[in-house]
Amino acid sequence: MTKYILRRLFYMIPVLMGVSLIIFLLFNLIAGDPTAVLLGKNATARQMAELREQLGLNKSLFAQYLDVLKSAFTFDFGRSWATKQEITYMIKQGAYPSLCLTIPAFVISTVLSLLISLVVAFYRGKGIDLFIRFMCIAGMSISALAYILAFQYFFAFKMGWFEISGFEYGFPDFIPYIALPAIIWILLSLGPDVRFFRTVILDEIYQDYVRTARAKGLSEISILLKHVLRNAMIPIITYVVIQIPYLILGALLLESFFSIPGLGGITLNALNSSDFPVIKAMAILSSVIYIVFSLVSDVLYTFADPRVKLK
Amino acid sequence: MKQHSLWRDSWGRLYQDKWAILALAIVVVYSLTALLSFMGIIASDWAREVGGSNLPPSADHWFGTDIFGRDVLQKVIRGTRVAMSVGLATSLIAIPVGVVLGALAGYFGGWIDDLITWLYTTFSSIPNIMLLISITMILGKGLFAVYVALGATSWVTLCRLIRGEVMKHKEREYVQAASAIGGGHMRKLFRHILPNVTHIIIINTSLQFQVAIKSEVILSYLGLGVQGEPSWGTMIDDAKLELSRGVWWQLAGATLAMFIIVLAFNILGDALRDSLDPKLKGKT
Repeated sequence: MTKYILRRLFYMIPVLMGVSLIIFLLFNLIAGDPTAVLLGKNATARQMAELREQLGLNKSLFAQYLDVLKSAFTFDFGRSWATKQEITYMIKQGAYPSLCLTIPAFVISTVLSLLISLVVAFYRGKGIDLFIRFMCIAGMSISALAYILAFQYFFAFKMGWFEISGFEYGFPDFIPYIALPAIIWILLSLGPDVRFFRTVILDEIYQDYVRTARAKGLSEISILLKHVLRNAMIPIITYVVIQIPYLILGALLLESFFSIPGLGGITLNALNSSDFPVIKAMAILSSVIYIVFSLVSDVLYTFADPRVKLK
Repeated sequence: MKQHSLWRDSWGRLYQDKWAILALAIVVVYSLTALLSFMGIIASDWAREVGGSNLPPSADHWFGTDIFGRDVLQKVIRGTRVAMSVGLATSLIAIPVGVVLGALAGYFGGWIDDLITWLYTTFSSIPNIMLLISITMILGKGLFAVYVALGATSWVTLCRLIRGEVMKHKEREYVQAASAIGGGHMRKLFRHILPNVTHIIIINTSLQFQVAIKSEVILSYLGLGVQGEPSWGTMIDDAKLELSRGVWWQLAGATLAMFIIVLAFNILGDALRDSLDPKLKGKT
């Protein structure tokens, strides 16, 4: 086990190098020289040279690549072009509102989807199963933008049940601000989650051990909860863990619509002001977190299922 | 005994599924709409003022008019062209790249497999939305950037699936038979194995198509997509400001148009999986 984890840890290095390479190619090579844009039309050659020096653009390409790679370990991303703040500081500031929204929404949507998919699996092939399956596909086919616009207009603007936008620091003050975006997040996750959980549960339901359990005379409910669910937990855990990185990335669209000053909001502001370093930092940061959590998910998988052989 | 090809069996299964046929018909209608609009036969004068500003839906203008008095239905049709072209272009990038890389990795194994696995692990390690935003931002706004960005993110799943399937197939007897009669690597891979994994490409493309359409809408909404031409995403963006004045039809038109085609691709994708991959049959 230790050997496996070590080897997986070791494999993170080439992947991190690859991610840095893609980001370097995009932002340092293809994007070109930003100094003219940053200084405006009246920049003198000397100013531009100074700025290039400051931004580290007169280094060799290889040294620039190493800078990108280094930032994946040190999380030192330099300063934003738009706000001139330290990007690390901006990210620390943005993490709190983002997590206030995404963690409760994620926990509720996962539990709710699991419950629904158990009910659906219990009544498989019957009316309620067909209905919920259709609702899942239909729900997934509506644009996230439409949900957000319609809900914000109707429940916050028209009915006044929730705050239209903004954020307040500290529990419980933030609840009225995050409630509606969280509900929308949950609705958006229900479709794909229920579909996945249902498939996983049904994969188990046709196994031999379930037939044995049925032959022993166990009730369908106890088979579902004690036998099927436990075995289905393995792919479910993997599926859930791999989503965690996206919680840290924040809810891009939701945060921008509801003016929540989280990481998603920071990313979109950076996008509107062509603030390359911030986008670059968010890309690196989210990739590093993704790589770490895919390792966690692999390791959990081997813990949860002793049959998985560690080569 | 009458011979049936596997393809015909699959078609038979699909044909019996009336929802799948309806979904297929919708896809055909959308494709034709996009094609006709592309050829300039319909909705070519979408930019013309046809009536007052922000008129609600009526018999003359089914989806009403926008702020400049343009017919919203014409804009929706014009947006269909953008949406379908994005789906098509994404598939045209993702299929060759994903299939060739996946097939090479699965068939040859060894360092080739290591290299290609590294490549797609790397691409899939950058969360899709960040990669999409980065690429479109750097290549500059417009459809070309959207094609490239969606192509760059969508080959990964296909590559992984094809790799796994080719790995399974290369040990089968028919491939051994092909090498026994002197078939080379390329012949075995492209002539014998690939036709047996085509169903994966079809299923995946059907599902990928709707992901591309949904992503285009979001990228266009963010202002990164098509410029100077209506797309469902830019229409939803307009609606953001109009909604508080009670102008809901632009949002409704774009959302409805997108809902129908994405739903059709979802249903079609599921039906294709059931009909082309009969092992899964009876599981529901």
